[in-house]
Amino acid sequence: MKAYIIKRLLSMIPVLLIVAMFVFFLIHMIPGDPAAVMLGPEATPEEVAALRDNMGLNLPIYEQFFNWFTDVARGNLGDSLYMNVPVMDAFVSHLGPTLSLALLAQGFSILIAIPIGVLAARKRGTGVDRTFMIIAMLGMSIPSFLLALLLMLVFGVRLNWLPVAGYSSLAEGVWQHVKFLILPAISLGAIQAAVIARMTRSSMIDILSMNFIKTAKAKGLKQKVVIYKHAFRNALIPILTILGETFGALITGAVVTETVFNLPGLGQLVINAITRRDYAVIQGTILMIAVTYLFLNLIIDLLYGLVDPRVRLSRK
Amino acid sequence: MSHPLLEVKELKTRFSTEKGTITAVDGVTFNVDYGETLGVVGESGCGKSVTAESIMRLLNEKSTKYGGEILYKGRDLLSLPESKMLDIRGNEISMIFQDAMTSLNPVFTIGDQIAESIVVHQKLSKKEAMKKAVEMLRVTGIPSPEKRIHEYPHEISGGMRQRVMIAMALSCQPSLLIADEPTTALDVTIQAQILEVINELKEELNMGVIMITHDLGVVAEVCTRVAVMYLGQVIEEADVDTLFDSPRHPYTRGLLQSIPKINGDREQKLHTIKGVVPALDNVPKGCRFAPRCSFATEKCLEEAPVLDELPNGQKVRCWHHARIKEREDVPDAIEAT
Amino acid sequence: MVITNDAQVNELSLLEKNVKKERRKLLVKRFVSNKTLVTGTAMLVFLTLFSFAGPLISQFSPLDIDPANRLQGPTAEHWFGTDNFGRDLFSRVASGAQVSMGVGLSVAVLTAIIGMVIGLYAAYYSILDHVLMRFSDALMAFPDILLAIAIMAVLGPQPVNVVIAVTLAKIPVVARIVRSSALVIKEQTYIEAMRAQGASSWRIIWRHILPNTVSPLIVQVTYVFAIAIILEAALSFLGAGVPAPDPSWGNILFDGKIVIYNAWWMTVFPGAFIVLAVLALNLFGDGLRDLLDPHSNKAIKE
Repeated sequence: MKAYIIKRLLSMIPVLLIVAMFVFFLIHMIPGDPAAVMLGPEATPEEVAALRDNMGLNLPIYEQFFNWFTDVARGNLGDSLYMNVPVMDAFVSHLGPTLSLALLAQGFSILIAIPIGVLAARKRGTGVDRTFMIIAMLGMSIPSFLLALLLMLVFGVRLNWLPVAGYSSLAEGVWQHVKFLILPAISLGAIQAAVIARMTRSSMIDILSMNFIKTAKAKGLKQKVVIYKHAFRNALIPILTILGETFGALITGAVVTETVFNLPGLGQLVINAITRRDYAVIQGTILMIAVTYLFLNLIIDLLYGLVDPRVRLSRK
Repeated sequence: MSHPLLEVKELKTRFSTEKGTITAVDGVTFNVDYGETLGVVGESGCGKSVTAESIMRLLNEKSTKYGGEILYKGRDLLSLPESKMLDIRGNEISMIFQDAMTSLNPVFTIGDQIAESIVVHQKLSKKEAMKKAVEMLRVTGIPSPEKRIHEYPHEISGGMRQRVMIAMALSCQPSLLIADEPTTALDVTIQAQILEVINELKEELNMGVIMITHDLGVVAEVCTRVAVMYLGQVIEEADVDTLFDSPRHPYTRGLLQSIPKINGDREQKLHTIKGVVPALDNVPKGCRFAPRCSFATEKCLEEAPVLDELPNGQKVRCWHHARIKEREDVPDAIEAT
Repeated sequence: MVITNDAQVNELSLLEKNVKKERRKLLVKRFVSNKTLVTGTAMLVFLTLFSFAGPLISQFSPLDIDPANRLQGPTAEHWFGTDNFGRDLFSRVASGAQVSMGVGLSVAVLTAIIGMVIGLYAAYYSILDHVLMRFSDALMAFPDILLAIAIMAVLGPQPVNVVIAVTLAKIPVVARIVRSSALVIKEQTYIEAMRAQGASSWRIIWRHILPNTVSPLIVQVTYVFAIAIILEAALSFLGAGVPAPDPSWGNILFDGKIVIYNAWWMTVFPGAFIVLAVLALNLFGDGLRDLLDPHSNKAIKE
């Protein structure tokens, strides 16, 4: 297992390098002079020249990359041109709401999707199954920001149960914190829930038709034990994969959903940076998110070993 | 008078499918007593596995309808509620399946899987159950069982897995063991060992065993009596010697003649039964074997024969069993190929 | 030695014709009995008709401003109401359909072609595979919308740039699907045999491996189509997609968000069409998968 972890970590190096290169060259994809674009049409040539110098744009490209990369590796993502703070600080200060939102949405979707998926598999072909799967299909087809808008319409205009905008940090109390995140989390989690429910259902159906399920029944085990102990543990393996893959989608959705509900998260940071042409912030944020995503997948991969002994063996 | 261990009376198992109802088992009757091994023989699809799973009530009961009776120690299993069946499965009646690899749960250790039924049925603690699991593995002939119990099914060999299945099935000392093709997936040498283990444990526990197989070699080796099934019906039943010496049903004769003999004439061609088994949703009107039978007459095609009991206790479902007395003095029922 | 005469040849070709006919019949039968696919197809046909006929039957241009009639709810005149500039929402949603579905279709076609080439060659040449797959790992590490936003930030908000950004984000997904089915085919004995006989790699890849990857490719591309519609809507909604005043479903929602408490119709109508389009494509993809994949065959129920 240890060797496997090391191997897996080593294999991430080229990927991280490519990720970094991509983020670096993003700036150079800007048509024309990046410095001039960043400063806007009113900037004087002197200001542009100063910024070019400051950004190191006059150096050879490989040297630029090397400088940038060594900075990044030390945790220095550069400075925000507009906010006049290190990008890393801006990132950290906007991380909280996004993380809370993503975790809440993930938790919410797992909690409703897995029981629904299992139920649909057990009642395969019945009205219950069909109804849930139609709902799941619909859920998969509503982009989270659209659902966010619709929830805003219903809750902001008709009912007045939950706040539709704003944010309160965890320090101000758990309920206060969660209250602002409920609607965003529902709109973000719905599509997740739909995907997970469908996956759980098909995975459970596969497993329930396997021979060892018959063995478990023949032992005299209760149906509940057969389903939740013997079948579910096996069905969990593909579900885990989906959870890892969809976490990326969750961040994606969070970025847009945040802007709908005015949450001061990473989404807002990036969107503001775009309108302000604050490229260092865009670069830094997407780099950090990509790296997080890669490490998250690593963790999911390692979790397999805990669930599936066959993986543990083959990877020893 | 005490009840026999198991009496299956006119068992009918019907499945409702999209295409309509299929009768997979159609009026099967047989008995199994303590210490006896009944072989159930037939081609695949003849209903032998469905019979076994009906006894255990393992089939999906939403789409399955039962008829007849399955009396276990005098109690009809078919009318028991599911909660009572839970106490019988794995405790009173156990089952071993054909493919041990896929019949063991890949994510639990062998020890966990054996101990599970002990905990459920004998109300022992997990620790005591594990001890018992080690004991059971030792009985089935697995070396260093205290190490093995921590291993996973994919870590041990096929023969070993089938021993684990046996240990699991017998861990609660059942009175009846149903073995559904327990050796089909194994090498010949391992096959013999596994049959040996089953036989020994049968003697020790005085269990009844139903040995489901398509292999007449297995039958000859371990069974005391044999029921031959064809298309959901028992077509002949007799003790093992009678059946091998004087089969009365043309189908049984066909089966027996299709086994190569070690001391037989090498020039002589092996026999096969002509034709193919009809589909279950399209069974012949009269005798089910008639379309493939060279003894068949008008009557056979029109009227279904009943299971006749002969004076020697042999049972045959054939209009012409009187004509098929001895193996040698009748015209060949079988087409040579 | 092969002896054939005309009669035999005729018989053979007749047989072949009959087999083909039977196969076509079976395919039609399976298509019709596949409710998911039929529903999806019907919805797609409706959307296509709507996007082309909608602007024609509406008496308003999607761009005509009429400040006197701004933010009116649905009426007999303005079926979907009017927006914050007094533009007719029905004709905007209808021509927005052209833009949104056009972007989606372009992305689907482009990812299919590029993803197919990359996937096929990656599967065939293992060194190339290592390099390309690391690139695709890296590209897939960026959440698709962030990648698209970043590219849009650099290239500027234009419909063409939306297509480029979303295509770039989705190529790895398609390439991986093609690659994995191509890898399976590549290991088959007959491909080995062809290679041993000296068939060119070009011929093996395009004549023999490609046909076997088409089914999963088409199914995957259908989903990419759906995702592209969502991404276009999201980008335009964030103001980084199709620029005003041209309508797209996303930027109508963008306009609608500001007035969401006064004009529900500006959110509900374009929103409903996005859901309809994505649902149609998801159903179409699921149905197609069942039709094309003989293993998951729930399709035939007679």
